[in-house]
Amino acid sequence: MAKQVLVIEDEPNIVEAIRFILHRDGWRVDTHADGATAVEAVRAQRPDLVILDVMLPGRSGFEVLRELRAEDGLAALPVLMLTARGQAKDRECAERAGASRYMTKPFSNADVLAAVREMAGP
Amino acid sequence: MSRDTLIGSRIRERRTLAGLRQADLARRAGISASYLNLIEHNRRRIGGKLLVRIAEALEVEPSLLSEGAEAALLARLREVAAAHPATRVELERVEEFAGRFPGWAELLAEAGRRIDALEDTVETLTDRLAHDPHLAASLHEVLSTVTAIRSTAAILAGTEALEPEWQDRFHRNLDEDSRRLAEGAQALVTYLDSAADARRSLTSPQEEIEAFFAARGFHFAELEGPEADPDALIDPERLTSEAARQIAARLLRGYAEDAAAIPLDRAARVVAEHGPDPVALARATGSDLSRAMRRLAAMPADMLPTPAGLVVCDAAGALTFRKPLDEFPLPPFGGACALWPLFEALGRPGQPVARRLVQAGGEARPVRALAVAGPAAVPDPDAPPLMQAQMLVLPEAEGATAPEPLAVGVTCRICPRAGCPARREPSVLSSGF
Repeated sequence: MAKQVLVIEDEPNIVEAIRFILHRDGWRVDTHADGATAVEAVRAQRPDLVILDVMLPGRSGFEVLRELRAEDGLAALPVLMLTARGQAKDRECAERAGASRYMTKPFSNADVLAAVREMAGP
Repeated sequence: MSRDTLIGSRIRERRTLAGLRQADLARRAGISASYLNLIEHNRRRIGGKLLVRIAEALEVEPSLLSEGAEAALLARLREVAAAHPATRVELERVEEFAGRFPGWAELLAEAGRRIDALEDTVETLTDRLAHDPHLAASLHEVLSTVTAIRSTAAILAGTEALEPEWQDRFHRNLDEDSRRLAEGAQALVTYLDSAADARRSLTSPQEEIEAFFAARGFHFAELEGPEADPDALIDPERLTSEAARQIAARLLRGYAEDAAAIPLDRAARVVAEHGPDPVALARATGSDLSRAMRRLAAMPADMLPTPAGLVVCDAAGALTFRKPLDEFPLPPFGGACALWPLFEALGRPGQPVARRLVQAGGEARPVRALAVAGPAAVPDPDAPPLMQAQMLVLPEAEGATAPEPLAVGVTCRICPRAGCPARREPSVLSSGF
């Protein structure tokens, strides 16, 4: 069965592009655009990997990640964080919140694909 | 080495400049070359007629040889040396250096001045970039759009046998995003152009006062005792305008009154027992709530379990005091978000308003805010009441959830909240472009 990735990002055209490339790579891709309900979505769908944007409406990606990490069974979930700011402070925040990987916009499709493949393991 | 002992060095320098050999100058001045050599190495004192003769032979004013480098120059050179402690400078020979190489010494001092000025400018600009929420939001918008375009374009260019319906869809996205990017870039340029008068707003009285308070961590140990002298704290170096000095003096006098009413050790004990709770502090000290809030915000950081932000506004809604929090940025200028409990409190004086808030669309964590309004001075029955409101903002304790936080903004211009009934001007973020 194909592995599932959940893309939590509010920018529809970025979502569409990521969905397309990951789908071509054999992933089942689901998407979610709201920060406030993102934790529930992860809980309900139990994806194999999450791509999580920092700037989300309703709730920041850092908040979402912190809550995910505090939950039983989600502490080890691979999470790739996306941010539009490469400042050291943001990187630090992402690490503190428990991100597995961190990627700065604008990233290339190849970078995302490589990171996702690597994080998903063999 | 004292100054007039360097006359010899100056003679040597001038002679070299004139292209004369020691023997030539000695002959013209009527002394032996070996004696001139001793003079030039500052090993013989020289003055009077001989100095005049040598000056004539060198075709310079005698004073040029007898007067040392200016004290200001020496002081400046010492400062430059002090600013570079890693470099071993022959400080004890600074006068000799300035005396022998006046041009180089001037140049070094001037270069030091220039470095200071440039460092100042860089610091100012860095501050502006780091703390300007509008700029950060606009850049975020542009970067998001660029990301979408890059991903979409890469798919269009790099996917073999892309189905026509996908191709159409991505072309459409590309067209949409490129238009958004153009508008975003235009807005950014317009903003940066208007930021050219940044220097002016940088030195506005309000900003000077904020910088003054921030530099002290919003706490003034000098005002905590019975000998408090608020006026003595006015630093004309930092508060350059008369307006800034007057406003700061008023704020500091208020601080001293608050400190006298609620002594710091008393406040520290209450905070240790009840946490940063203004209600508990007001009860324990028998003072009013607004004073307790100001006192909490004025406590040194190491006495508080969490940082405390404070905003004060007058009845017109103008912010008259701001102590920002990381989680709760304040607008750099202009009006704030009308949804703040600060303004809610203005509508029902005397009644505290507690709210759980979160900054819309940002990455900030929720905060707890408590606001209360009351008369700003003893009311005059024949004049309109002068009201003021203040709001204490505390980062929320880990794990707190209920009730649902109210999404508020910093100020409309940079607020992403859609369909907000309190909006007074369009946002420059995506929807407002």
